[in-house]
Amino acid sequence: MLKILKYSFFDLMRSRWSYVYFAFYLLLGTVLLFLNNDLSKAVITLMNVIIVLVPLIGTIFGVMYYYNSKEFTELLLAQPLKRSSIFLGQYLGVALSLSMSLILGLGTPFVFYGLFESSAIWDFSLLLVTGTFLTLIFTALAFNIALSNENKIKGFGYAILLWLFLAIIYDGLFLMTLIFFEEYPLDKLSLVGTMLNPIDLSRTLILLKLDISALLGYTGAVFKQFFGTSFGLIVSFVMLTVWVVLPVLRILFKSKRKDF
Amino acid sequence: MLSKRLFFFLSIVCSTMQNQAQTIQVCESCSVSSLKDAVNQAKAFDTIIVQKGTYKEYNILINKPLTIIGKDYPVIDGELKGEIITIISDDVTVDGLFIINVGTSYTEDYAAIRVRKSKNFVIKNLVLEKLFFGIYIEKSHHGKVFHNKVIGDAIEEYNSGNGIQLWYSHHIEIENNYVEHVRDGIYLEFSDDCLIRNNVSALNLRYGLHFMFSNDDIYQDNTFENNGAGVAVMFSKNIKMLNNTFKENWGTASYGMLLKEINDAEIIGNTFEENTIGINVEGSNRIIYKHNNFKHNGWAIKVRGACYANQFTENNFLYNSFDLAYNSKINDNVFDGNYWSNYTGYDLDKDGVGDVPYRPVKLFSYIVNRTPETIILLRSMFIDIIDFSEKVSPVFTPDNLLDNNPLIKKVTW
Repeated sequence: MLKILKYSFFDLMRSRWSYVYFAFYLLLGTVLLFLNNDLSKAVITLMNVIIVLVPLIGTIFGVMYYYNSKEFTELLLAQPLKRSSIFLGQYLGVALSLSMSLILGLGTPFVFYGLFESSAIWDFSLLLVTGTFLTLIFTALAFNIALSNENKIKGFGYAILLWLFLAIIYDGLFLMTLIFFEEYPLDKLSLVGTMLNPIDLSRTLILLKLDISALLGYTGAVFKQFFGTSFGLIVSFVMLTVWVVLPVLRILFKSKRKDF
Repeated sequence: MLSKRLFFFLSIVCSTMQNQAQTIQVCESCSVSSLKDAVNQAKAFDTIIVQKGTYKEYNILINKPLTIIGKDYPVIDGELKGEIITIISDDVTVDGLFIINVGTSYTEDYAAIRVRKSKNFVIKNLVLEKLFFGIYIEKSHHGKVFHNKVIGDAIEEYNSGNGIQLWYSHHIEIENNYVEHVRDGIYLEFSDDCLIRNNVSALNLRYGLHFMFSNDDIYQDNTFENNGAGVAVMFSKNIKMLNNTFKENWGTASYGMLLKEINDAEIIGNTFEENTIGINVEGSNRIIYKHNNFKHNGWAIKVRGACYANQFTENNFLYNSFDLAYNSKINDNVFDGNYWSNYTGYDLDKDGVGDVPYRPVKLFSYIVNRTPETIILLRSMFIDIIDFSEKVSPVFTPDNLLDNNPLIKKVTW
């Protein structure tokens, strides 16, 4: 598995897209920092970008990579290799190279800016950690979609739809549900609703460290108890891990039974 | 002959001085070893000097004009038995005492030092600790409360008192005091024409400053920080609030400042920073908000209703989660020439004023007002989209609520 991971990883590292992705984050980080002068404001803007773009790029890139390397995969399948290690290796190769572009691209300007002396270092690390989680989650979801769809166009369609749903439509439905049931206590419902969407979960996690924690207190005791303590943080991270593990398990399950 | 005359002269001088103003020393080994005895022995306009030491006394009644000066902060320990000093005479000065252990009573508001129906008093340089009420001024006027330090240990609201309390008093100056860990830092009820300046009120259970039915007061250059619910100004007229700082009042029902039924006030040059709600306004009319900074608040201003003819001009709204919340569609207030950090318009003619009006009320803030739990969707992309569409064509928010001259650069003054 490690060997395949290595091949995928270096294959991607040599590809143009990784550099473009890396350069994009580098530019974004630099521009934000040196035009803004306010580190915490830059972190908020970055958060907006990360929770929208990282999932999008993760899904598209994952689907694209799977379809492109299909022939290579078929070649590998002819070898005496375990299926799980082939697909897991490919998945990790894509996810890790994307995460690396993200971490290095954003990290470099921040380090040069003097992050280590700044108090925003925790906010920023949280940002990178959730960004990495989102990459892992959405690449895994993309692999799932690609594995289930032989048709490329359909696969891309589903991938974009998935992103659209989780990034935008879900929040719309969520908001409508909350308003529809406004007569009832909504604390728990909204907590569950947040947990079920990795994008919402990451957004809440980052905002907790920024401006939302006090605003949440405004709504009621359950929120405050949950988000005001490290318990909330731990549960959120557990949920994110579950969001990584479940799609990966499905990759393994699906790839074992798939006819090539 | 000469010496005899001189002696005679001196003795006359001395005796007249004694008649006019005697000085009584109080120390643990002196003939007068308690403040209470000293007050009993003293005549009007005497000075009592309390030397360093610990005096276990309470119910000290000052019923004649006296000046009481503590040297090196002598400790007056009330041993939790009751009120410590009560002033019922005019022209009393109390200076430099360290008063601790005031008794707690639910029928009488025991205070470390109480001024009752007096005028021209000065209370300065006191340090009060372990108290129920700190400095309690009732039905008095023309006094000064200057440079005191009140440090309480209040835990529950119902069994704690206020730091500095004014009740039916007028023309009182409260300056350079530091109050922390009591229920209300400074409390004014039915007290007119007072000046509250340069005080710091922090970490109090309820309000840093609490104002009820008190008109024509000025408070300026104060700092209110980290109080349970910030500052409350209620049912008062003609208040001037100048250059105060309201900071870090975070919490469920926490405000930088709560205005309720306030008319004709001026709120100028204040800084509201990191509060859940910067200013919560309810039923307040004809207020001028000018040159204030609203920084990093949850809501900079929350307008609850029945607020008419208020003017918001030349303020800075910087990086608040919400600049403004309204709960109705009616607007009679003027927003003009403010700087909004969320403004996205342009300035083609380069006159420093944005060419597109700014709408400070977002649809999302309206939604959050209705259903508070939706706050969990803050900064979500969907919310940005609906905010944008509301901006283009307002349906839910007051459509005449506009800043027609949003500034491009921060206001400086």
